[in-house]
Amino acid sequence: MTLIKTKIGRRAFIRNTGLASGGLVLGFNWLASCKMTPEQVNAMPKEWFELNGFLKIGDNGMVTIMSPNPEIGQNVKTAMPMIVAEELDVAWKDVIVEQAPLNTDIFTRQLAGGSQSIRQGWESLRMTGATARQMLKEAAAQTWQVPVDEITTSEGRLHHAASDKSAGYGEMASIAAGLEVPEEVLLKETGEFKIIGTDRKNVDGPKIVTGKPLFGLDIQREGMLIAMIVHPPAFGMKYKSMDATAAMAMPGIKDVFPVVVYPEDAEKQWSDGGAIAEQVAIVGNSTWECMQAKKALEIEWEEASTLESSVYHDEALSSLLNTTPKEAARKDGDVEKAFKSAAKIVESVYTAPFLAHNTMEPMNFFAHVTPEKAELLGPIQTPEFLEKTLVSVLGMPAEKIDIMMTRMGGGFGRRLYGTFAVEAAVISQKMQAPIKLVYSREDDMTQGTYRPSYKVRYKAGLDDQGNLIAWHVRGAGTNDDLIFENRFPAGAVDNYLAEKHSLQTNVTTGAWRAPRSNFIAGAEQAFMDEVAEAAGKDPIAFRLELFERAKNNPVGNPENNDYDPERYAGVLKLVQEKSGWTDGANSGKSRGVSAYYCHNSYVAQVMDLTMDGDRPNIDKVWCAVDCGIVINPLSAKNQIEGGIVDGIGHATYSALSFSNGQTDQKNFDTYRLIRNMEAPKEIESFFVDNGIDPTGLGEPSLPPIMGALANALYRATGRRHYHQPFINDKPPLVG
Amino acid sequence: MATFTLNINGKKQEVDVDPSTPILWVLRDHLNMVGTKFGCGIAQCGACTIHLDGTATRSCILPVSSIGDKKITTIEGLSENGDHPVQKAWLEVDVPQCGYCQAGQIMTASALLEKNPNPTDEEIETAMNGNICRCGTYVRIRKAVKMASES
Repeated sequence: MTLIKTKIGRRAFIRNTGLASGGLVLGFNWLASCKMTPEQVNAMPKEWFELNGFLKIGDNGMVTIMSPNPEIGQNVKTAMPMIVAEELDVAWKDVIVEQAPLNTDIFTRQLAGGSQSIRQGWESLRMTGATARQMLKEAAAQTWQVPVDEITTSEGRLHHAASDKSAGYGEMASIAAGLEVPEEVLLKETGEFKIIGTDRKNVDGPKIVTGKPLFGLDIQREGMLIAMIVHPPAFGMKYKSMDATAAMAMPGIKDVFPVVVYPEDAEKQWSDGGAIAEQVAIVGNSTWECMQAKKALEIEWEEASTLESSVYHDEALSSLLNTTPKEAARKDGDVEKAFKSAAKIVESVYTAPFLAHNTMEPMNFFAHVTPEKAELLGPIQTPEFLEKTLVSVLGMPAEKIDIMMTRMGGGFGRRLYGTFAVEAAVISQKMQAPIKLVYSREDDMTQGTYRPSYKVRYKAGLDDQGNLIAWHVRGAGTNDDLIFENRFPAGAVDNYLAEKHSLQTNVTTGAWRAPRSNFIAGAEQAFMDEVAEAAGKDPIAFRLELFERAKNNPVGNPENNDYDPERYAGVLKLVQEKSGWTDGANSGKSRGVSAYYCHNSYVAQVMDLTMDGDRPNIDKVWCAVDCGIVINPLSAKNQIEGGIVDGIGHATYSALSFSNGQTDQKNFDTYRLIRNMEAPKEIESFFVDNGIDPTGLGEPSLPPIMGALANALYRATGRRHYHQPFINDKPPLVG
Repeated sequence: MATFTLNINGKKQEVDVDPSTPILWVLRDHLNMVGTKFGCGIAQCGACTIHLDGTATRSCILPVSSIGDKKITTIEGLSENGDHPVQKAWLEVDVPQCGYCQAGQIMTASALLEKNPNPTDEEIETAMNGNICRCGTYVRIRKAVKMASES
């Protein structure tokens, strides 16, 4: 057992006692239409006792654990309560999980982003469970008149061996709920875990496979109207005027009006990136009627700034690659001098287009704003920031604003930018009615907050022994400077220069699953393959040499290096072993390797593929991961598989391009996403077992796979692919 | 507006809607059956897949006026207690991530197995190729379809 001060939890619990100091607490379910099975009804307790904001215990021993963070498919709704349940020491079958609403008094960091939910929630979730267990032990000690230290717990029961007394948590819950929160609690040692590290199925699985209402788009309320918006048709345009006569006359239409979503003096948050000040709203009885009326609207838009095209972005990024920035992001040694003395020089440029997030559930939100209060319900990764914006935009104090998160039909970063929820609130306020704002797929795709387009040039110098003596990287992106100057191979090369540029554009860009890494990892790892080949070395051995250098004799201050060379090399060695790495010589398949570190987790991958004419068939991907302790291997592997498929898909097939400020792709007929046949036949994942505190997995498996793919394709075709999506590379990959 | 009597999950349902309304929106907005999902509106992603007389069909471009007396099955009616072999396999394999596309995937898979109880790996891939999963659960989808076919 590890003794730990309840410093984080303490503050939360003290505040919480002001809200509900034990006693009967009514559970809440945002969807009353979700019927429980007879077994579930029978299992429901008559009374619930809240021990803290995270959990309540029923008189029959059932435990409800709140999942604080938004669920976007990363499965925190299962994993976070697993951590609480572990320290509470209950059987997982006795746990009911509920999504918590936004409540900054009880919960910290209710945000889905940066693969941080588990890493940053780890300590407080453990303390939440451990504190409640301690309170139950105290309750039993008082009841049985025995020392609390002599009480043990197992699977939701309290035991006192000396007196042979035993009771379920439910029997002690009412007493425990009235006790003081302990100053210190004992946490389990990792070897004592019974739930953490075991396969647990998605808690929403049964509802998902039976089509129960779970998502924002599924919300139905009495008197609810449907709203749609019409945003400017191009980046760089703004609203001028409209003729809504025809649309207003259409069946089911209640109102059509221009709406100022963000007044000039609105206090915006970073999550309001992509905010469009003025748009047109259509409100009606049903989605289909609104969609039809939208087509009948005549709106005049005017040019407010330049209408940009992909040709411009492309030329401007190229121009930046040929410009030396005023300051280097990082400079070790002297690359120019080293290139002059190098035996070999390798130089390549890699590019990637804008990408849309394309969550399968388009943006939507429910809002019911009255003069007394605002109720917001829907898919949002950043509820806390949404609340701040609403305070300003609606002119209401935070106490009158309730925000509840629904399960999300994908996030990938898109729902960090909750302008759609603000639009819903403003439209509801104007209509004085509950409304559900619905984006069509076209609305979603044409006015997104996109992954920026990127270009990067790498130049490497080798000595006559094939040692890497110089590395120069210069990158540029739209609204984003792309380069992580302190990531590998910084610290492993004597002469190192990292430079970066950002190109200002009026196309809205933002975080897209594994920001920047989602391109730079693939480019770097494909280039590393070229350099290893030029050095005449095996690509894994070449990388391991560099990690050895970074570990034993780092260049510059090792504190500056944003990675641990030992853990990095560890995943590479693990994937080397598991894949039986032979550089493809004996497998009959074309084989590529890649490794990357981002979002605090290390990933190395080997891909085998065979060409079927012009078509790559991906036979297998081996993936080694070091994310510390794995909470739920079953779903951790699912995240890894998903990231791999997602990475292969976007590197190979997807692109968003612009003409005169408009996206050329508006729906899935022209925006290509990876499909079933194109996914790997098999993915096998392995974890490094090191007992280190857990880090996240929502993003880290995606970035490196783009490099493994490029490298495997090179082995198969003899051609290196520099430009994503590879399907459009010249000559095209897929005929 | 016009009145239509539809046979949905073995039950007669009457709706009064514009004849051009796709069955997807009749289900979702008018009958509060929201298991069938909206993804693209142009029959490209498969999130809205239902069975029409047993055949997997995209409901987002299917006007209510074209249904006649054909039998509609939605995810809500695929089984009484969520225990269709495909649903059971989906849970066993723990397929879903975000879960949004999965109703459509399950409807496509169950229609496939109805017609071809023992599909080859290639037949499974081909049948499932029309359903996009943005989370990338394709490997598990194939595994679950295979498992359901063996049960």
